[in-house]
Amino acid sequence: MRKRLDHSNCPENPPESPLVAELGHFCLWLALALAVLQSILPVYGYVSDKPWLLAVARPAALLQWLFLSIGLLTLAWAFYSHDFTISYVAGHSNSQLPLGYRISAIWGGHEGSLLLWVWILSLWGLMVSLLRGKVPTDVHALVLAVMGMVGIGFLLFMLLTSNPFDRNLPWFPLDGADLNPLLQDPGLIIHPPMLYMGYVGFSVAFSFAIAGLIAGRLDPVWARWARPWTTVAWAFLSLGIALGSWWAYYELGWGGWWFWDPVENASLMPWLCGTALIHSLAVTEKRGLFRAWTVLLALMAFSLCLLGTFLVRSGILTSVHSFANDPARGAFVLTFLAIVVGGSLTLFALRAPVLRHRAGFEWLSRDSFLLGNNLLLLTATFVVLMGTLFPLIGEALDIKISVRSPYFNAFFVPLTLVLMLLLVPGMFSNWKRQDGRALLKRLLWLTPVSVVAGAALVAFSDGEMPFVGVLAVIMVVYVILAQLGDWMQKALAFRVGLLRGAGRLTRAYHGMLLGHIGLAVIVAGVTQVSFREVERDLRMVPGDVIEVAGYQFAFSAVVERAGPNFDAIRAIVPVTENGRDIVTLTPEKRTYRVSGQVMTEAALHSNFFRDLYVALGEPIDQAEQAWAVRIYYKPGIGWLWIGSLLLGIGGFLAASDRRYRSKSTEQADAIA
Amino acid sequence: MKRLILMLLCCCPLALPAVQDIYQFDSVIDEQRFRELLVQLRCPKCQNQAISDSDAPIAQDMRQQVAEMIRAGRSDEEIVDYFVQRYGDFVSYHPPLTPQTMILWLAPLMAMGGGLLLVVFQIRRARRISRGEDIT
Amino acid sequence: MPSRNGWWMFLPLVAFIGLAVLLATQLGRNTEELPTALAGKPLPAMQLPSLMRAGSEVSNEFFLGHWTLLNVWATWCPTCYVEHPYLLQLADQGVRIVGLNYKDDAGKAREYLAKYGNPFVEVPADESGRYGIDLGVYGAPETFVINPEGQVVLRYVGELNDRSWQQRFAPVWRKEAE
Repeated sequence: MRKRLDHSNCPENPPESPLVAELGHFCLWLALALAVLQSILPVYGYVSDKPWLLAVARPAALLQWLFLSIGLLTLAWAFYSHDFTISYVAGHSNSQLPLGYRISAIWGGHEGSLLLWVWILSLWGLMVSLLRGKVPTDVHALVLAVMGMVGIGFLLFMLLTSNPFDRNLPWFPLDGADLNPLLQDPGLIIHPPMLYMGYVGFSVAFSFAIAGLIAGRLDPVWARWARPWTTVAWAFLSLGIALGSWWAYYELGWGGWWFWDPVENASLMPWLCGTALIHSLAVTEKRGLFRAWTVLLALMAFSLCLLGTFLVRSGILTSVHSFANDPARGAFVLTFLAIVVGGSLTLFALRAPVLRHRAGFEWLSRDSFLLGNNLLLLTATFVVLMGTLFPLIGEALDIKISVRSPYFNAFFVPLTLVLMLLLVPGMFSNWKRQDGRALLKRLLWLTPVSVVAGAALVAFSDGEMPFVGVLAVIMVVYVILAQLGDWMQKALAFRVGLLRGAGRLTRAYHGMLLGHIGLAVIVAGVTQVSFREVERDLRMVPGDVIEVAGYQFAFSAVVERAGPNFDAIRAIVPVTENGRDIVTLTPEKRTYRVSGQVMTEAALHSNFFRDLYVALGEPIDQAEQAWAVRIYYKPGIGWLWIGSLLLGIGGFLAASDRRYRSKSTEQADAIA
Repeated sequence: MKRLILMLLCCCPLALPAVQDIYQFDSVIDEQRFRELLVQLRCPKCQNQAISDSDAPIAQDMRQQVAEMIRAGRSDEEIVDYFVQRYGDFVSYHPPLTPQTMILWLAPLMAMGGGLLLVVFQIRRARRISRGEDIT
Repeated sequence: MPSRNGWWMFLPLVAFIGLAVLLATQLGRNTEELPTALAGKPLPAMQLPSLMRAGSEVSNEFFLGHWTLLNVWATWCPTCYVEHPYLLQLADQGVRIVGLNYKDDAGKAREYLAKYGNPFVEVPADESGRYGIDLGVYGAPETFVINPEGQVVLRYVGELNDRSWQQRFAPVWRKEAE
């Protein structure tokens, strides 16, 4: 549409395609209209038994995605072409902002990230409508209808309170206010989409639960439909949370990877609840048990996502990451939350008693262990909820209270260790009934080996560790050995050799092993970094050399450097290990030209075992060029990301299991 | 800030190497206590950050104050109390166990206890079903 | 077919309603302002050099017998420039204002007062920020109301202007506690 594709668009030339934003805005209204059709007609069709109305759902979902994609592309175009007549673009971009960050600026603020949220919801809607599988037409249409209702809420929220296409006419700024420098980072390009894929993905499980409640179908077949969707959403959420943690770790410049901030907690709660859900779904699918419970978890997981959205966007809690404080938006989301969650829980209360299913199991059985798993995970969810909301309860009692790591750690450390302790006998047990002696026999070799190996690992690696650290290492060894042992035993049972035998094991089983190993790897990383890290705050002048954890850090020079939209002071820090060159780290202190904000850009060197982390603090003495320098040695920190990646891969692997794809369910069952 | 550092240097004639730690302590244990206190104290200026990870000037002053109090031989409780007296309970990330905060600490335990009862009840019911007893 | 113990199923709904009510009541609250821990307590012991009268010190006695505003300011604080004319106006109306110069350079602070006018009857200088911590200060500007007994009555964070004066200060200024 535009003849010139000039990146450094002169401010005196306003964009020549002024109607693009209106097109985007119009597409949002069209999407809303389609969402209304998608949610009302199939339900009416279901109730009044008119099958042709059910058929509306699929094309509506497809078109909704199409129009929202146009909307998203339009906003991308506005950022690309520096259309500062649009308030959102003017507030979150600048003519100097590099292209990559101009794209990620689309979700760098409240309005645009809401558009991303809705677009991802429509993407899930598209996937559900395309991949119907063996789900009957009526249930499938109801699922899409519920997703349409969620879509209506968020589209209305965006269009009524937070339109990303609002114009600044006729007096628009000549240049933009720039994207918050904290968000000018590659990690922030992919973190929100991943996180939202997870958050929003739980809406599919939620919609299956509501559709199941309406249709009165919540049997093992229902669980089989809902399970892969839930697992994929959970895998995305795992990756999204890990990316956020990784970003905070290197971008905030203090080397912390989890702050128990309300915004982090908002994503952790659905993850914990979702983890309980994927285990509970296993019981419902395999044994037809815990139906009401599984449905409740599916409703809760998505409700916690909505609660998180509310906490992040209402400004009700103080957080480093929250969007602008706006009670009007908060009131809208809260109303929406009350309708969706209140409505679904009422439906649950009315319909769930019908779901009673009589099937028995013994004290010692996989069923009981999974109940224990759910109890621990939900207690953890509750701890996070309590700790996050208590400042609000305190406010109502007129006391100002802050809650963070001392509180959360006090609960999370024992909960995690007990979870790992019960994980192994749970895996080893049969459904319904497990012979105690046989279980004991399998644990008998594992337990002493884990204790000895774990204690030896601590003893032969340098440094001391408190008892709880040793316990954690033992648990890590115990869980990993159990996964490998179980894998070998199951693979060898085919009597065709280890690798060919493993080839016959299902993807779902491999996904579970990877998930459990991922958990153990994360715990191993957390243990190392908690008890073995070295942190030094130093005063350094050029020429200084300091040894930290066996590495020599030379503060060789401080230079100035001009970035695309910032000016930086950069320290040159060559690192050697006993004369061997490791890396030259270049931490920076950046001053962003437009906002004048000063950012600490840490420099890292990572390998499998540890990170070296250098951040430039404040200048101490100008004449001497003395700087405050933070040098951290972080062992095992990378394992947090590796472990999270294993969780994600495990989730995707499990969801792609052939029993969710194959034509004949019975055939897949025979193999599994 | 410059003056503080100079003062610090004068106070610590023991530290001989060229590179100085900004916060110096007599022992590794004191250094450990320092790190733990920084995570426990909340920066009043910032949006929910501990003073361990904030660039705000007030966080720097508070870090300095904590370091000086540790060197002066004050206990962890004394140091936290010092800040609580000035900034209120808000400043500590470790909420005190008072009647008002009781629910914060006890609610998860109660929830877990209740959940455990429910689980036990559920399993007992399932056992009776599996043994073919009539439960209604 | 309502089950015998169907009421259990309503528990999640009840819990959620409780949560929603809590959230609704807290919506729109200002999350940034902190109440002072010093309200009703005496002003912390002050022993600070005076910026204007070299060699002399300002102590708590200076506050006894008068209603005083204690304004925490600095030349590095942009909002302080904004509220400065209003401080001058208050001083003209006879409000006794002490200006705690917080973590500032003495030379710059004197220049500032010479250039923009001096609304303060006294300017104690807290160069290290230690007294600021005693007061529970976490930034500038902050303004405290001190009663004639030398006790802290109110702490206000942010710009002092006619609106904040009417809303926050007027109700307590020169009003004895009952």
